[in-house]
Amino acid sequence: MIKDDYKYGFSMPENYVYKSQEGLSQEVVLKISTMKKEPLWMTTFRLKSYEQFVKKEMPTWGADLSTIIFDNIHYFVKATDKTEKEWSDVPKEIKDTYDRLGIPEAEKQYLGGVKAQYESEVVYGSLLKRLSDQGIIFCGMDEALAKYPKLVKEYIGKLIPPGDNKFAALNSAVWSGGSFIYVPKGVKVDLPLQAYFRINTANMGQFERTLIIVDEGAFIHYVEGCTAPIYSTDSLHAAVVEIFVKKGARCRYTTIQNWSKNVYNLVTKRAKVEEDGIMEWIDGNLGSKITMKYPAVVLAGRRAHGEILSVAVAGKGQHLDAGAKCIHLAPETTSRVLSKSISFDGGRASYRGLVQMVPGAINARSKVVCDALIMDNFSASDTFPSNKIYESEVTLEHEATVSKIGEEQLFYLMSRGFEEHEAEAMIINGFIEPIAKELPMEYSVELNRLINMQMEGSVG
Amino acid sequence: MAIKPGEVTAIMGKNGSGKSTLAFTLMGHPKYKITEGEIEVDKTKINDLAPNERAELGIFLANQYPAAVPGLGSTSFLWQIYKKRNKNKTNIIEFREWIETQAKALDLNLDLLKRGLNDGFSGGEKKKMEILQLLVSNPKYVILDEIDSGLDVDALKKIALTVAKVAKVKKIGVIIITHYSRILKYIKVDRVHVMEAGLVKESGDSSLVDRIENTGFENK
Repeated sequence: MIKDDYKYGFSMPENYVYKSQEGLSQEVVLKISTMKKEPLWMTTFRLKSYEQFVKKEMPTWGADLSTIIFDNIHYFVKATDKTEKEWSDVPKEIKDTYDRLGIPEAEKQYLGGVKAQYESEVVYGSLLKRLSDQGIIFCGMDEALAKYPKLVKEYIGKLIPPGDNKFAALNSAVWSGGSFIYVPKGVKVDLPLQAYFRINTANMGQFERTLIIVDEGAFIHYVEGCTAPIYSTDSLHAAVVEIFVKKGARCRYTTIQNWSKNVYNLVTKRAKVEEDGIMEWIDGNLGSKITMKYPAVVLAGRRAHGEILSVAVAGKGQHLDAGAKCIHLAPETTSRVLSKSISFDGGRASYRGLVQMVPGAINARSKVVCDALIMDNFSASDTFPSNKIYESEVTLEHEATVSKIGEEQLFYLMSRGFEEHEAEAMIINGFIEPIAKELPMEYSVELNRLINMQMEGSVG
Repeated sequence: MAIKPGEVTAIMGKNGSGKSTLAFTLMGHPKYKITEGEIEVDKTKINDLAPNERAELGIFLANQYPAAVPGLGSTSFLWQIYKKRNKNKTNIIEFREWIETQAKALDLNLDLLKRGLNDGFSGGEKKKMEILQLLVSNPKYVILDEIDSGLDVDALKKIALTVAKVAKVKKIGVIIITHYSRILKYIKVDRVHVMEAGLVKESGDSSLVDRIENTGFENK
C-alpha cells in the first residue's frame, strides 16, 4: 500500500490475498493481455509501453509523488475479485455521504466498489438501442477492442503516445476498462452520455483508457464520474483520455472527480480539434490525495475552438495540481480557460497552464482566467502559467485573482440571519457558479451540496 | 438610548462622529469590540451574540456600503432570507412575483435580480437591494446606515416612503443614521440624537432636526 494516514480508521485484510501480484513486470503485462485475449498488436503496444514506463523519469515538477511505490501496487485485479469485498468495509463517512446525497442503495454499492449491477438495466438497454440505431458506438474499451479492433488501432495512442509521460506509459501498458465512443458524421446526441449507462461493465478502474471519436459535424456530451465520493482501495489512478473532434464537430467532456482521499490521481487528457470543431473540457476535482491533471486541446484546424473550465476544491491533506493546455497550431484558433480553485483546512490548489501558439497560427486568440479563493491562513493556492508564443499576430489575455474569504462578505450574509457555515457556502457556491452552471442540473446541485458538506467538516 | 417599536429615531452627526460604528456594533460586526455598556433587545442582552443570532431577534441593518457576492443570485438570496425569517411560507412562484412588484415600486431594474448579489450594482441600486432585503427579513428593529448617501431625490423619496410605510404597518422601531436632514422630510421622526466623538452630545424631538438644518452641528 501507498503510505497513507488511514483516516477512515479501518484496514482491508483482503489486500494480502493479492500480495503475490504486487509490482509490475513484463510478465504481468503479458498476463493482462493474455487474460483479455487481445490481438497481438495490442500485446506489443502494451509491452513497448512498459519499456517506456521503465525508462521514463518521474515528473520533477508539480505535486510531490515521491511516496508512490510502484512495486506495491496491484496492476491487475480481476473484476470478479472486486465484487468479493463487503459493503460493510466501505468507510462510514462515504456511506453517510451517499445517504445525504440521497443515492439509491444499488448505486451506493456500485460506487463503493462492491457490486457492479443496476436494477434498471432494461432502461439503459433501451437507451443503448436508441444510440446504436443512430450508428453510435458506446461501450467499454475492452469490448471495443474485441468488436472494433480496426477503429481502436487507428486511434489509440495516436494523440497521447505511450512515451508522452511516465503515467501515460504506465496506463498504456496495463490499461483496463474505460469508455469507447464513436459518433458518426452529423449525428447529434441530445442527452449527455454518462459513464454509468453501462454500469455493468467495470468502468471506474484504476488504469482506465477512454477513446472518443466525434466525426464531422457530430455532437456529444460525455459525463464521467460522479459527485459522490468513489471509494477505492487502489491508491494509484492513472487514466488516459484521447478525444478526436473532426471538422465542424463538437465534444463536451464533463468530469467530476471525487476519489477517496488516499488516491493519487494522475490523468492525461487530450483532445485534437479539426477545422471549425469545438472541444470543451469541464473538470471538477474534489477528491484524491494528489491530483495532477491538465486537460489539453490541440487546435489543429482553422477556427478550431477549445474551452477548459475547471474547479478544484482542496481540503486537509490534499494537493490538487490542475490546469489546462491550449496548443494553437492553425490560424484563427481560439481558446478559453477558466480555472477556479478553493483551498481550505490546510489544502493546496495549484493552477498550472500552458498556452502555445506556433508560427503561422495567425490571429489565434486565447484568454486565461484563474481565480483562487483561500478560506483560511493554513491553506494555499498558486498559479504557474506558461506561455510559448512564436507568432506575433495573436492575442493572449491572462487574468488571475486570489482572494481570501472576506470578513465583510461573511458579516453581511450573517447579518441576514445565516450561520457562518451557511454564509461561507453561499460565497463559495457563488464563486464556482460560472462553472456549476455549465454542468447538467443534477450534477450542479450535487456539486454545491457536496462542497457545502465538506466545508461543514462532516465528510472525511 | 432606547428604541421603541413603531418609533423612529434619527442619529445625526458629522462624518467620523461614530454613527456607523454604532450601527456595526449593534449588528455585531467582528471588527468592533464592546468594552463598556450593554445592548438589549426586548430584554435579551446581545453583547456576545453573532450577527445571525441578532438577526433572529429581529435586528436588521441596511448597510451604507453593502458587500457584493458574485454568483449568489439576488432573487435566490432574497428567497433564502424569506424562508429563514418568515413563518408563513409562500411558494417561490408567488414570492418571485411579489419581489418583482416591490422592485418595480422602488424603480429597480428587474434584470438586476438575476445577477449576483450587488455584483456590478451602482450605489443607488445597492441601497434598493438593501430595502428589498429589509422587506423580506420581517424585522422588529431596523438600522438605516446612511441609506440616503448616493441617492438622487426620486430614489431617496421612494426608499424613505417605503420604509415609513412598512415601519408603521409592522410597528418597527427604526434608527435612521444620516448627516443630512433631507430623508427626514419623508419619515416622521420621534426622537433625535446628535453624536460627536462617539458619544451622544444632544438629544431632542424633531425640532432638533430643523435647528441642525438651519445652523449646522456646531451650534449650541
